[in-house]
Amino acid sequence: MKTLYISVITAAFLSAAPLGLPKLHIPESNPQTKAKVELGEMLFFDPSFSRDGTISCATCHDPDKAFTDQLPVSVGIDGKKGTRNAPTVINAAYYTSQFWDGRVQSLAEQAKFPPINPVEGGLHDWSEVVSIMKKNPEYVKRVKEVFGTDEITIDHFGMAIEAFERTIIEGDSRFDRYYFGGDESALNERERNGLALFLGKGRCVECHTISQTHALFTNNKFLNLGVGWSKIEKDLPSILKAYDIKDTLAEDEAVLMNEKFSELGRYVVTKEIDDIGAFKTPTLRNVELTFPYMHDGSLTTLEEVIVWYNNGGRLSPDDPLSPFIDGGIRELGLTAQEMEDLVAFLKTLTSPQRMKK
Amino acid sequence: MRRRAFIKGSLALGAAAILPLNIVEVEASEAQSFTFAFISDAHLQHIKGDSFVQNWDKGLKMAVAECNLLDPKPDFIIFGGDLAQLGKPEELDHGAEILSALRAPVKMMLGEHDYYLDLGEKWGQMFGDHYYSFDHKGVHFVVLNSILTDERWIKKWATPMERMQTMAGLDDPNGSPFMVGDEQWKWLRRDLQNYSDDTPIVVFSHSPLQKIYKGWNFWTDDCERFYDIVKRFHKVNVIYGHVHQIQYNKIGNIAFNSVMSTAWPWPYPDSYKKAGVKVPKMTVKMNRADPFFERDATGWQFIDVHSGRCDLHYILPNNTNRTVAYDFQANRPKNRRYQDCPIPPQHHY
Repeated sequence: MKTLYISVITAAFLSAAPLGLPKLHIPESNPQTKAKVELGEMLFFDPSFSRDGTISCATCHDPDKAFTDQLPVSVGIDGKKGTRNAPTVINAAYYTSQFWDGRVQSLAEQAKFPPINPVEGGLHDWSEVVSIMKKNPEYVKRVKEVFGTDEITIDHFGMAIEAFERTIIEGDSRFDRYYFGGDESALNERERNGLALFLGKGRCVECHTISQTHALFTNNKFLNLGVGWSKIEKDLPSILKAYDIKDTLAEDEAVLMNEKFSELGRYVVTKEIDDIGAFKTPTLRNVELTFPYMHDGSLTTLEEVIVWYNNGGRLSPDDPLSPFIDGGIRELGLTAQEMEDLVAFLKTLTSPQRMKK
Repeated sequence: MRRRAFIKGSLALGAAAILPLNIVEVEASEAQSFTFAFISDAHLQHIKGDSFVQNWDKGLKMAVAECNLLDPKPDFIIFGGDLAQLGKPEELDHGAEILSALRAPVKMMLGEHDYYLDLGEKWGQMFGDHYYSFDHKGVHFVVLNSILTDERWIKKWATPMERMQTMAGLDDPNGSPFMVGDEQWKWLRRDLQNYSDDTPIVVFSHSPLQKIYKGWNFWTDDCERFYDIVKRFHKVNVIYGHVHQIQYNKIGNIAFNSVMSTAWPWPYPDSYKKAGVKVPKMTVKMNRADPFFERDATGWQFIDVHSGRCDLHYILPNNTNRTVAYDFQANRPKNRRYQDCPIPPQHHY
């Protein structure tokens, strides 16, 4: 698997953005180099960065599962479960914030947290991560080569992984070839109807954006879709009272260990009641493979997701509706055929390298 | 950098205020500082059977759910009128049911949409007096019924629903200007007579107790009577609904603030237009464009009362919350964030 990845990466690293994606912005603070990408890849797949040497980034972001774990919520050391569904790494470099609640801005920041979360890598703190790197002569050598220093820090860990993750860029789906490439035959009639619904009656494109030249399928904003409301409905005031956390390390621990805190969503970052239960719009590329869905993995199939939206934020029209639901989420009036066509369209967003051979 | 015990610790804590209550005392007063909430203009609309317009329902439900998260709890919540769209019993019942989820005492005020079907009969049975007053922590509160009008207009309609629908149209030229009327002014004069001049007075009215724009009834025809009655008081505050937008100003000793609607926004009236500003003339009746976010430009508010004046905190879904606070140096209400830094115009490409 590792050798396979190097070849894909090198191709992505050297070539321009694939059809349907914009040029990736690389900040001057962490430029892309081949050696850094390779170091990042080593770190990404290395289970040493966990308390019992079993959990790596790739445990929950498995390249064979479109860089997810295809579980409702991720499982860390000692079989401990978190509260949230592992988002795919594919195209994550385009997001303007990371994690479901956007509690950090960059991939380099994001990568630092899982190794020391008690339900993920379970290491005690960042100095432990650094000392694991220092004990491995290969890492010492490569850090020296990439960053020009003998003093390894946790930021080297994050920056190298960011460089690697920036190479996991996938476009050129059948949708891209139809929409941006002018290949009329790339989508069949049902899929084309699904696209029309995606842009129109289904209102999907309002958040899962498609622009003139590319499609990221995310507006990078945070919305309450009503998902998870039943978990906090009864005791929301006391949950808010109990949540008095101000630093990101504590947030990371609180939201992944406590299901109720997790459901506060974007609120933990902004402390605005308007952001209660609001989560980041995820990309839809490869959505066929990134099941189950939503921030808590509570919806199993794409069909269920469409039904959820069609009912204005609930599986059944008789279920209670969250009063905090975003004003954009309302009943869509899609027919059964229209819902099928939408699902057919979503399956055209799979990258060519992930198509079943 | 040790992390393990965070959650235990945080669960034990509990006194964090969810919304910032920024109370600054500026002068000694017998009136205490406290907070109340204001929800207004829900316009719940009955379709048939047990079906109601969902958009308006969701606006009120969101405000109620958010209001219940205020910590500490507000001393009371005032509902500012127009609970119903067409005054129907179904609408008032439905509204009462949604408001019953509020976890603090609720005070009610009449709006024209509650009134002009049965002239407030059902509303009165459900919520009590059409106008009243009460004292709270050294402040005297007055709730007026400001949406009355001329008796001849009231009697000229063939059916109550025809009357209701005419008054429900914001810019219907067949409507009639709002007024408070002799009976209430007499009552108010009596009601206030035993209060000293330095008692802070807060008056709730559905329509503005001032003359902004007659065409839309952003107007109370006999509001000058009010200015006369309250002129001896040092601190008078009027908070009104009806206009579905943020307004604030001061006339003499009276500070005016408006509140947002939970249902929909109204545009600014013609009288707010600045000289020289040109806007395209409407030639086709235009419905409001379907906004993706249907709570756009709606909201509710909580109000800090201190030193006899009111600071309004607007909670605006998907928008930047605002505070219009009483500025004791300027001696008038000011929008804290935007007053002195007008938002620059957009640059279009």
